[in-house]
Amino acid sequence: MTKALSISNLHKTYSGGTQALKGIDLEVEQGDFFALLGPNGAGKSTAIGVISSLVNKSQGSVSVFGHNIDTDLAKAKQNLGLVPQEFNFNMFEGVEQIIVQQAGYYGISRKEAKKRSQPLLEELGLWDKRNSQSRELSGGMKRRLMIARGLIHSPKLLILDEPTAGVDIELRRSMWDFMQRLNEQGTTIVLTTHYLEEAESLCRNIAIINQGEIVQNTDMKSLLAQLDMETFVLDTQGLPGNLPAFDGYDIRQRDENTLEVDVKKGVGVNGVFAELDKHNISVLSMRNKANRLEELFVRMVEKGSDENVSTANGEG
Amino acid sequence: MDRINTTPIQGSNWVAFKTIITKEVTRFTRIWVQTILPPAITMSLYFVIFGNLIGSRVGTMDGLPYMEFIVPGLIMMSVITNSYSNVVSSFFSAKYQRSIEEMMISPVPNWIILAGFVGGGVLRGLLTGFIVTMVSLFFIDNIVIHNILVVISVIILTSILFAMAGFLNALFAKSFDDISIIPTFVLTPLTYLGGVFYSIQLLPDFWQNVSKANPIIYMVNAFRYGFLGKSDISVGVAFGLIFVFIIILASVCLYLLNKGKGLRS
Repeated sequence: MTKALSISNLHKTYSGGTQALKGIDLEVEQGDFFALLGPNGAGKSTAIGVISSLVNKSQGSVSVFGHNIDTDLAKAKQNLGLVPQEFNFNMFEGVEQIIVQQAGYYGISRKEAKKRSQPLLEELGLWDKRNSQSRELSGGMKRRLMIARGLIHSPKLLILDEPTAGVDIELRRSMWDFMQRLNEQGTTIVLTTHYLEEAESLCRNIAIINQGEIVQNTDMKSLLAQLDMETFVLDTQGLPGNLPAFDGYDIRQRDENTLEVDVKKGVGVNGVFAELDKHNISVLSMRNKANRLEELFVRMVEKGSDENVSTANGEG
Repeated sequence: MDRINTTPIQGSNWVAFKTIITKEVTRFTRIWVQTILPPAITMSLYFVIFGNLIGSRVGTMDGLPYMEFIVPGLIMMSVITNSYSNVVSSFFSAKYQRSIEEMMISPVPNWIILAGFVGGGVLRGLLTGFIVTMVSLFFIDNIVIHNILVVISVIILTSILFAMAGFLNALFAKSFDDISIIPTFVLTPLTYLGGVFYSIQLLPDFWQNVSKANPIIYMVNAFRYGFLGKSDISVGVAFGLIFVFIIILASVCLYLLNKGKGLRS
C-alpha cells in the first residue's frame, strides 16, 4: 500500500551552515497515528517545513500519499493538512473568514466551504466565535482555529506540530479525543509534542529525532518494551524511623511516608508487597514515578548527545 | 464528528484566484479610512492649491487650462500610488504575520498568488482613480475624453505594472522600513517629476531627455492623451514600454516566488 508519508535521505543545511537534517529516512503508513519526537532544535519543525513546502530541502525526497513534492507538488499539498506550532493567521481576520479563505486556496467554493466549516467549528467549540476577529480568541481557541483551518480541505494526512502547547489539561484531553476520532475516521496523523504522555496514549508508531538524525523509529509497544526497569512510588503507613534492609529490592525512602522502588521488568511487584508486609508497612497507593516514554526519550537523547561529544573530542 | 466532511475535493484555480481577490478587497475596504479616504483628501488639496489658487495664475499648459491639464496626471498619480502601496503593505503584512503560509502550503500555483495580489492592487488603484475623477468634477465643468480605449487600457496596465512593483518590494522587504523606502525615495520623486504638473516641453532639451528616462512620464502622457488628445511623447512607445515592464516584472516576481525568495528558508 502507498505510504501516507515517505521521506528518504532528507538533508537540510541552512544558509548559515547549520545542518538541521542529516539524511533522515521515515515512512508513515496510511491510517497511522505517528509521533515524531525530539528535543528543541532537533529538526522536527524543519522536517515538517520541508514536507509542507515552507522550507527548501537541500537533498532527498519526500512523498505524500505517493505524490513526490518535486514532481507532483500540487497533489502532495492537496493530501496534506498542517497545524503549525506558532499562530500564523491574520490577526485582523474573522474566524470563519480564515477557514473559508483557506478552503478557497484549495479551490473549494465559498458555498461548499461554509457548509464544511460549520460542523468543524461546532466540533471544536468555535461556532459561537465565528464572527470574532482571531486576535480576540484565547490561546486555546487559536490552537483550535488552526486545527479547523488545517482540516477544512479534508486532508488524508494531518501534521500537528505541538497542537496542545500551552493548553489547559481539560482542553488538551478534549483535543486528544478529537484527534483520536479523526484518526479512527481514516485520517493519518503525524504528531509532534513535548507532552510525552500525549504521544504514549495516542500514537501507535514513533520516531525520535535528535540533532538532525532519527535515533529511533519503531512501534510504541516495542519502544516501551525496551525499558528493563520501572520505578514505583509507594505511599505508605507505618514506616519505621530507620528503614530496614529489604531482601532483593532497592527500596529508598523519599519522605516520611513515601518509598521509591526499582522493579525489573517481568519480575512483578508482589515480592515488594511481601517484603514490606514482613516489616508491617502497609501500602496505601502506588504509581509510576515517571512517564515511561519520557524515561526512554531522555535516555536516547542523552545518549545521542554523549556520542556527539565523544566524536567531537576525537574519542569516537 | 460524523458530520465533519472528510472527503477530499478537487478544487479549481479560478476559485483560489477569486478567494485572494475577495480577501484583498475585504482588507482595503475594511480599513477604508487608511486606504480610500486619504487619496480623496490629498487630491482635493492638489486641485484647490495647484488647480484653483496657483493654476489660475499659470494660465494654460500645452494650450489647455491648467486645471484640465493636471486632472489626468493626478488621477494617474493616485492609481500608481494606491496600486503599489496596496500590494506592498498587504503582501508584506502577510509575510510578517506568517499568514502567507496559508497560501504556501496550499496547492494554489504561484502565478495565481501573484495574479490575486496584483488584482487586489489594481482594484484599489482603479477605485481611488474613480474617486479622484469624481472629486475633479467639483473643480472642472466636465471631463472630455478623447479616446476611451486609451484611457481604460493605460490606467489598467499602469496599475498592473505598479502592483507588481509593490509585490517585488514586499518580497525583498524584511522590515516595515523596507516597504516605505521605495515609495518615499523612488516612487514619489519619479511621479512628481513625471509630468503630472507640467509639460516636459517647458524644460531645456537636456532635462527633456533626462525626463524621458522616467517611465512614469510615458504613462502620464499616454493617459493624458486619452483624455485630452495631447501628449509630449509617442503613445505607441508608451504602450510598448508599459508592456515590456509588465513582462519583465511578472517574470522576475514569478521566478522569485518559485525560488521562495523572502518566503522559504
